[in-house]
Amino acid sequence: MAATTETVEQVQTLANDGYKHGFVTDIEMETAPKGLSEDTVRFISAKKNEPEWLLEWRLTAYRHWLTMPEPQWAKVKFDPIDYQDSYYYAAPKSDDDRPKSLDEIDPKLLETYKKLGIPLLEQELLAGVAVDAVFDSVSVATTYKKKLEEVGVIFCPISEAIQTHPELVRQYMGSIVPYGDNKHAALNSAVFTDGSFVYIPKGVRCPMELSTYFRINAENTGQFERTLIIADEGSYVSYLEGCTAPQRDEHQLHAAVVELITMDDAEIKYSTVQNWYPGDEEGRGGIYNFVTKRGLCRGRNSKIAWTQVETGSAITWKYPSCVLEGDGSIGEFYSVAITNNMQQADTGTKMIHIGKNTRSTIVSKGISAGRADQTYRGLVKILASAEGAQNHTQCDSLLIGDQCGAHTVPYIECANPTASVAHEATTAKISDEQLFYCLQRGLSEEEAVSLIVNGFCKEVMKTLPMEFAVEAQKLIGISLEGSVG
Amino acid sequence: MALLEVKNLHASVGGKEILKGIDLVIEPGEVHAIMGPNGSGKSTLSYVLAGRDGYEVTEGSVQYDGQDLLALAPDERAGAGLFLGFQYPVEIPGVTTMNFLKTALNAVRQYREEKPLDAMQFLKYVRERAAMLNVTDDMLRRALNVGFSGGEKKRNEILQMAVLEPTLAVLDETDSGLDIDALKVVAEGVNAMRTPERSMLIITHYQRLLDYIQPDHVHVLANGRILRSGGKELALELEEKGYGAITGAEAA
Amino acid sequence: MTRNVTKLHPFADSAPASRSDDPTWLSALRQDGLRRYRDAGLPTPRTEAWKYTNLRRLSRMLFQPVGSSVEDVSVPEDRLPKLDAYRAVLVNGRYRADLSRLDGMPKGVHVSGIADVLRASPAKLEPLLGRLAVHEGKPLADLNTAYLDDGFCVFIDDGAVLDKPLHLVSIGASSGTDPVCFYPRLLVSAGADCIATIVESHVGDGAYFSNGAAEIWVGAGAVLNHCKVQVEGAEAYHIADTAIHLSDRAVYDGFVFQSGGLLARNEVYASLDGEKIECRISGAYLATGKQHIDNTTFIDHVKPDCKSREVFKGVLDGTSRAVFQGKILVRKDAQKTDGFQLNKALLLSTGAEMDSKPELEIYADDVKCSHGATVGELDADALFYLRARGIDLETARNLLVAAFVDDAVGEIQNAAVREAVSEMVQAQFAMRNEDEIDE
Repeated sequence: MAATTETVEQVQTLANDGYKHGFVTDIEMETAPKGLSEDTVRFISAKKNEPEWLLEWRLTAYRHWLTMPEPQWAKVKFDPIDYQDSYYYAAPKSDDDRPKSLDEIDPKLLETYKKLGIPLLEQELLAGVAVDAVFDSVSVATTYKKKLEEVGVIFCPISEAIQTHPELVRQYMGSIVPYGDNKHAALNSAVFTDGSFVYIPKGVRCPMELSTYFRINAENTGQFERTLIIADEGSYVSYLEGCTAPQRDEHQLHAAVVELITMDDAEIKYSTVQNWYPGDEEGRGGIYNFVTKRGLCRGRNSKIAWTQVETGSAITWKYPSCVLEGDGSIGEFYSVAITNNMQQADTGTKMIHIGKNTRSTIVSKGISAGRADQTYRGLVKILASAEGAQNHTQCDSLLIGDQCGAHTVPYIECANPTASVAHEATTAKISDEQLFYCLQRGLSEEEAVSLIVNGFCKEVMKTLPMEFAVEAQKLIGISLEGSVG
Repeated sequence: MALLEVKNLHASVGGKEILKGIDLVIEPGEVHAIMGPNGSGKSTLSYVLAGRDGYEVTEGSVQYDGQDLLALAPDERAGAGLFLGFQYPVEIPGVTTMNFLKTALNAVRQYREEKPLDAMQFLKYVRERAAMLNVTDDMLRRALNVGFSGGEKKRNEILQMAVLEPTLAVLDETDSGLDIDALKVVAEGVNAMRTPERSMLIITHYQRLLDYIQPDHVHVLANGRILRSGGKELALELEEKGYGAITGAEAA
Repeated sequence: MTRNVTKLHPFADSAPASRSDDPTWLSALRQDGLRRYRDAGLPTPRTEAWKYTNLRRLSRMLFQPVGSSVEDVSVPEDRLPKLDAYRAVLVNGRYRADLSRLDGMPKGVHVSGIADVLRASPAKLEPLLGRLAVHEGKPLADLNTAYLDDGFCVFIDDGAVLDKPLHLVSIGASSGTDPVCFYPRLLVSAGADCIATIVESHVGDGAYFSNGAAEIWVGAGAVLNHCKVQVEGAEAYHIADTAIHLSDRAVYDGFVFQSGGLLARNEVYASLDGEKIECRISGAYLATGKQHIDNTTFIDHVKPDCKSREVFKGVLDGTSRAVFQGKILVRKDAQKTDGFQLNKALLLSTGAEMDSKPELEIYADDVKCSHGATVGELDADALFYLRARGIDLETARNLLVAAFVDDAVGEIQNAAVREAVSEMVQAQFAMRNEDEIDE
């Protein structure tokens, strides 16, 4: 808690007036040649000293990627991406000789984290959070490993897991999000450089929240994380993911893949605060955030809960989903998405009910301001096998100003007569009465908007772990600055 | 020096003139009551003083505590110690009463150049005042005014006044919708707030609230003008004879 | 667009050559429709608007255009809503004055066959026909335009009042073994401040494909009640596109009841192109056996201060499939819009499937819009309550299902029409229950 507060303060004292995490670290990069080809894929695989099967898998994904069209259905507009104008691999120089502790880490790197307000040491000491920090593409620090090892939890960079637990990685990677799922997932499969791997053994309740901070840094370097979390029978883990990115003028592509799997009675809680650089007021720069996240509730009575607070990125394309295969399994999706200025977001979820008595809950709160456009897009699919399945969906949109758009596109497919599906959606604005009431009590307009919006989002915010909730609340205020005037 | 000095105030809403030349002077520590029939401009006066959008001042001036009140934004007026108790308090889903009170108090304290209260200090501060108004912890934890009964909403307004400690409180139809017990609780809350420095402007249709809150001055407002001013006996006269006798038949 | 390679456009080859006495604008209109249909092709599930309604079987059927008109057809009274109404009739898309009963029509209301008007006074139609049904992405409406030749034409003068409902009956009749296709057209021009009630009924026997298109102009301050009853034959394909244009203060009260056809899709587009309009589009659908019933609506709020309301309720039995797609668009200028939409469906059997896609697209901030959708089974508590009062399961079930649907029928504002439709719905239930017993 203390560390988080300090983090927030640090971030704010460092703030330049626009984007508060916008600065660039000057570290030498070892970089793959510009552009994408089989050679790039081989270069990455060789750099990581990967086994033959993984190289083959990457190449198959790459070849498939070449044949796939860009997804067209999302309500977002942007110029075609020039995939040959990017670098696909950049690693801090110290990669060949991985640091054993924080003392060995390039002081410039640590400085960057400090600027971002992610004091590793403090987090270690005070918050009791194990941190696997991804700087550009390579993990440079993994902490608290020992404590986790004692209970048998594996939490390490996926590149390391490929070396140390190849059987687990090989069995599950690509089993939930196959490389052919969509063009962005195929790209990730071909060129992913690193990410996190988590395995929670049978019956273990992970003793701490696991978190990873992502950061894009090198110019023109797409970021392709890949995360795999396996929760074995009766286990529990809460995983936090937060992102910030430095200010850049050129668009940067981020295409991550996250795969979750729960066995009988297991539970994964996956929380995200996404604050990538959104571009400036005129829509210049900003991250393209094309993410494929999916969880498979394979076991009976297992549960996967996604919570996301999406405030950043120029374009967000993201549908964290649950495949509810095990009887009695539960999927949840809680989302707050804020778009301001020229941001565009097309986000939502898919709940696929296969097993009997499966249940899903969707709560989506969208706030659109400035000239932004936002869409909730969701699928609830009840297969004929899903006796007694239940879904409840609530989608609320709030508009601030008359230049923005808010859209709701739910798909509801039900093929079982004992299932019940209920969807509700509303759209409204902050009323003049509410604003005036707050002003009359002495709040400034921006404080009032932040307060009202946080109230509007409360149902989602309360599902966030404490460490994130405070930061996320402030983020909401920061994201909407200048939206009322 | 007077706390509030309203001179020849004209105001219109949507192009229609509602206030047609109001003159009013309130000294520190005084309690004034403005009474008037429906549509006389009572609520308009309160909104104009608080600076609500859409209420346009076309003529006249308002001096408050030595400054031009009309030049201030609504939140600046609140910061300067002007409090409006709303006739219809607004619901804000998801924002707890407690959180709202804390945010408002610290905003106002900033205007007064006082340090914000921390969580513990604030809790103590609010609970003292809440107890007086029968506001339970449960009410404080609920979203602001959402699902509150009429009586709860009005008690909540007075609680906010007690928390923000204004210099001038304008209470717009604070008695409407209250049963007699709730009316007493609210009146006691208001009376407890009376000090030699704090002034109040009580806007009401009926005399009954004034049985419990004794005003120093009573004004009768009709058709956008103050027709008569007097002491508290004027309220009783109104109660007996009705508005018609004072304002003329057209405003009965 | 690489998808064009696999495009199908059946039905296009037999498009009629223009007659020598056709005005040039009409030929151009037909040609344009044909071109658009050929460019787009028959929609596939890859087309977003047709995601849930697959026309593959339709594209393989050998429907032929109607040749000589069928003479020995009578109006199947028992299958129509019981209404004291003026009546006009189409058989296989051709206007039949001999079957119509328009005597005593009040002054200012003109009902006739489109073909007759095209011959007699085509200039009357030129500014209206084909102006509404030309939206992008409507290849089947375009196909109708390519074949445009006949249908109903209703002109209501400014301020006119229609004292009784006007009942427009479209009958499909396949002669012998040849499945036929036909292209009925409906043009309604309701003048300013007029008051009228129009009921459309679609019935028939045998295998046929009715591909209709309607264009409805509702003038300022006009009040138009428009109810459509689709009870086509069991082998029929029914696809219809209705485009409505509403002006200031107009009130449009629309309702669609669908229980017929093997595959049926009714699509309604309403443009609220004026201020203070009230637009209601509601409906009920009953699907059984292998039926596929689709209701697609699009409410386009263009101007401020308008209200729209939609309530659809459906019941699915057998291995039927039903689709509801409802979009509400609120454009930038349409401030103070009040939009409400609700779709509720009951699944009564294993194998039935409901696909629902309610959609809000909003660009104005001062609006109040909501939609809701539910799919489920009968309320077990209610069912138990009735049985505890001695009502047997089947009766209790029927009672609850009928009440469920009747709720939507209650949205119909015109009392006579509401009662007639309600009676029809009950009759449909009764018929189905008998069928079940027969099986």
